[in-house]
Amino acid sequence: MRWGWAVDNAGRIGELAWAHFSLSWPAILASFLLALPIGWFAQRHGWARETIVVFTGLLYVIPSLALFVAMPLMLGTSILSPLNVIVAMTLYGLALQVRATVDAFGTVPGDVRQAAIATGYPAWRRVLAVELPLAGPALLAGIRVVSASTISLVSVGALIGVASLGTLFTEGFQRSFPTQIIVGLVGTVLLAVLLDAALVLLGRLLMPWARRVG
Amino acid sequence: MNQISLTWAFLTDADRWPLILSRTLDHLGYTALAVGLSLLIALPLGLWVGHSRRGADVVLSVAGALRALPSLGLLTWLTVSMSVGVRMPLVPSTIVLILLAVPPLLAGIVAGMVAVPRQVVDSARASGYSEGQILSRVEVPLALPVMIGGLRSCVVQVLATATIVAYVGLSGLGRYLIDGLALRDYPQMLAGAVLVTGLALIVDLSLALLQKTLQPQGRVS
Repeated sequence: MRWGWAVDNAGRIGELAWAHFSLSWPAILASFLLALPIGWFAQRHGWARETIVVFTGLLYVIPSLALFVAMPLMLGTSILSPLNVIVAMTLYGLALQVRATVDAFGTVPGDVRQAAIATGYPAWRRVLAVELPLAGPALLAGIRVVSASTISLVSVGALIGVASLGTLFTEGFQRSFPTQIIVGLVGTVLLAVLLDAALVLLGRLLMPWARRVG
Repeated sequence: MNQISLTWAFLTDADRWPLILSRTLDHLGYTALAVGLSLLIALPLGLWVGHSRRGADVVLSVAGALRALPSLGLLTWLTVSMSVGVRMPLVPSTIVLILLAVPPLLAGIVAGMVAVPRQVVDSARASGYSEGQILSRVEVPLALPVMIGGLRSCVVQVLATATIVAYVGLSGLGRYLIDGLALRDYPQMLAGAVLVTGLALIVDLSLALLQKTLQPQGRVS
């Protein structure tokens, strides 16, 4: 280990960490938001439930490198475009989060829903003001898994030339320089831990009634 | 459109089929090696933890934390820093795949066994089953569908990740992606992506079928 390298290259490492974060958060947010209507719909309609859960689950089977490579064809982007990684990561996020969302809405007690209907909540307000907050803790647990998995997988994008902390892996490999790879590993795990802490904090702020979440 | 027809031409060129076949077999071989070795680790550990119901939380959270480590980082690091790494990339690659395979296997085994109702285990004990018999005749049969579920997600993840071992010089279907990338040969990359995705889907669906078949009869699912 040559820690001096990390100090000398702190600026570059910071830039790569920022690039890594910039690739990750849009995918995490998008999969959370897109999974909400899909998961809610699947939970309410038994016939759609199995199909949707199985279909989104199959997305996770596709190797990430293969998905990155297929993206330009579907999106019309260049192979080096960061958008490939963001959209591919959103699809993986959906594979995990749709299932979590279905289960989360499933935890809303039926009598609470009935009570909301009986007290005259219009459908959209019932969903937003009653079901969503009650499903909140389970949704948060789901998105924390998505966040960890996204941060870890984004690094594979380095193979197709999209810069992230994964770039330290490919450069370190080409130069046979383990220190650089270790810095990338530590940075990736650190980023995942920080993002997880941020999500937990956000959960506490938005759901002060849920003492323990996740 | 042109890219698709070039990819199609790549895949339907009969001269390439022997290589595609041997790379597919290599890919499956790496997967089987890693999953087999992982079973040797996860099976005794999982059965012990599940049967004694001790340390389940610790085992599961360690296994969960392992998942956060990026495989590409581990792979490149092990290859560069192990003395045999560059000469025998199979060694670091298999270690990385094992680290990836053990957590879902353990999670499936432990979760399946912990879900067996206490009363069922206790009544087996009361009717004179030995601990070994409880394990082999009560707990394992009841936990089997969940265990196979763990095996399924393990195999699928290992198979998907075995794509990147081509980066450190091994064979497998990832070769087409890595070589295509180096040569800027997009149809070759796309062909690799199609092949590896097809393989992953076939394996996943076969294991799903196995999971259905092993569901104990007369149980409400």
